[in-house]
Amino acid sequence: MRHLLPLAVASLLNRRGTVLLTVLSIALSVLLLLGIERISKSAEDSFRSTVSSTDLIIGARSGPVQLLLYSVFRIGNATNNMSWQSYRELAAHPEVAWTIPMSLGDSHRGYRVLGTTADYFEHFRYGQKQPLALAAGERFDAVFDVVLGAEVASALGYQLGEQIVLAHGGGSLAVVEHADKPFTVVGILARTGTPVDRTLHVSLAGIEAIHIGWEDGAAPRRSDAVAAEAVAEHDLTPQTITAFLVGLKSKFGIFAMQRAVNDYSAEPLTAILPGATLQQLWELIGVADAALTLISACVVAAGLIGMLTVILTSLNERRREMAILRSVGARPGHIFLLMIFESGLLALLGCTAGLALFYTALGLLAPWANQAFGLYLEWQWPALREWTILAVICALGLLIGALPAWRAYRNALHDGLSIRL
Amino acid sequence: MSDAALPTQASAAGGDSTCITVESLRYRWPRAERDTLAIPALHIARGEQVFVQGASGSGKTTLLGLLGGVLLPSAGRVELLGSDLAALKPAARDAFRVAHIGFIFQLFNLLPYLSLRDNVLLPCRFSAQRRARAEQHSGQRGELHEQAHRLLDELGLPRALHDKKVVALSVGQQQRVAAARALIGAPELVIADEPTSALDADSREDFLRLLFAECREHGSTLLFVSHDRQLAGLFGRTLSMDELNAAAAETMA
Repeated sequence: MRHLLPLAVASLLNRRGTVLLTVLSIALSVLLLLGIERISKSAEDSFRSTVSSTDLIIGARSGPVQLLLYSVFRIGNATNNMSWQSYRELAAHPEVAWTIPMSLGDSHRGYRVLGTTADYFEHFRYGQKQPLALAAGERFDAVFDVVLGAEVASALGYQLGEQIVLAHGGGSLAVVEHADKPFTVVGILARTGTPVDRTLHVSLAGIEAIHIGWEDGAAPRRSDAVAAEAVAEHDLTPQTITAFLVGLKSKFGIFAMQRAVNDYSAEPLTAILPGATLQQLWELIGVADAALTLISACVVAAGLIGMLTVILTSLNERRREMAILRSVGARPGHIFLLMIFESGLLALLGCTAGLALFYTALGLLAPWANQAFGLYLEWQWPALREWTILAVICALGLLIGALPAWRAYRNALHDGLSIRL
Repeated sequence: MSDAALPTQASAAGGDSTCITVESLRYRWPRAERDTLAIPALHIARGEQVFVQGASGSGKTTLLGLLGGVLLPSAGRVELLGSDLAALKPAARDAFRVAHIGFIFQLFNLLPYLSLRDNVLLPCRFSAQRRARAEQHSGQRGELHEQAHRLLDELGLPRALHDKKVVALSVGQQQRVAAARALIGAPELVIADEPTSALDADSREDFLRLLFAECREHGSTLLFVSHDRQLAGLFGRTLSMDELNAAAAETMA
């Protein structure tokens, strides 16, 4: 074998053009597979870390996934609100340690506005039970104070003290603005990699204040409008909220509490366990994830089949090479080894180059992925799963290489020393 | 490779001066209707330089295949240096072939991705016996490369070319490299299959003169096969396939 390695390498170098292309095609497929693996892993991680330490999420009666989507991911809208009174009653339940009321429905330039209380900053946890931290400024205090998520601040270039106007309704097409009651940026949160980054936070009183006179759902006539300075004369206790997060004193109370909410007689409500519903939602998304993995596996297969094609095509022109080797003493077994070593080496080079490309891409694109999608792509050495993938690709390369190797072996036996053109 | 275990020493011990012995040899290609080759008897002594003349289709290639142990006789015996090739296992036959026979083919004998020197050294990669004898010949152990250079020198290839790839060489030069490769490690037999057919008349004679001299110096028997009758005069012994091959006569009749 020691004699064969330099020969195989010299032979490959002699065909470096096609060899390079073959290695590149394998490398790109490896890059794709590793990339998709890593992105879906990080997406799942950040998905699961959007909310933590919350025992129950309670909102008006709806599907669990829908409730999770609008309360945690700020996606979609609640079909119904729940009454403030129900919230007060449930929050007073002896099992309840804390609650975070949430009032959604307004937006600012495509970003959702969340009306809540100081308890949000106190009790909300994400990731590994991390609390929210302020990167600048302070929590909201006055009625028209707003605290920005990290991405809102950086994408829109807002500074502390800036005046912004909220729009009624969601989405970037919201045209009816609460222009008469601008908010002042008093705080900017540190980046969390969760939907919190894309949220503007105001007090429940603030939400209430901008909607005075909007009880019928449309902007008040000019004569009925209440000036910003005059809102203090009104009662700013909300009539309704969208949902609220609950922390219980003991985990053992979760199911009893959930049952109590679902059976609540004053109005139809739904309580969900965020962990379980996240899992349910991820299984939904997981189909797409599995499809992507399948596609990238197919790309790897295509890369390896490309290698097979190149080697098989080269076999005829290399028949002479094999006959020469036979005439100087190479046995058919040597020819087999030579061929299989070649495909193994190509697969190995492809994997190595793919790994190098992957880490280069990771280094270059990670900051951008974080900015644009909130994906936190960590620079870490390949995990066991990734090593396994690479090992499987190399093994497949060897396995696939057995086919041309076998043909070369048969040719070698058949041709003997006669050199065929 | 386990050349040491091969029964070559037996023949040397027997003091046998025979290189090739063929007895009642018949060969028929699979699925063919008649024998391609039938040779009642053929003896070639060590050190002989034999010209085998025959037109294409006269069974030359088949004969070389049988002598090289690539083909096995349908009947009869082929003995090389006292060993019956058919009695050896395929791996032992491969090892025997490289240890004792150097081949020169018609054209394109060389691996294009190796230098002249590495092409010449190829048999030494696969045969410890050839390697040992090449080292012995050069006088110093581990001086294989020097022996390759010396052979290339003797065959008139300037040193400047030795470490270059073979692609830059003319056909005549390539055949001389092939000759050097056949001769390294002093195999007992050199089989040349139409090595001069692509050369012009002048370089053909130059090549043959060099080949003769080298075979003589290394004590190698030369079996030179060609269709070209004009070359016959340069050899000590000439065999015609038409006379040698009884199967051809049978066909005529």
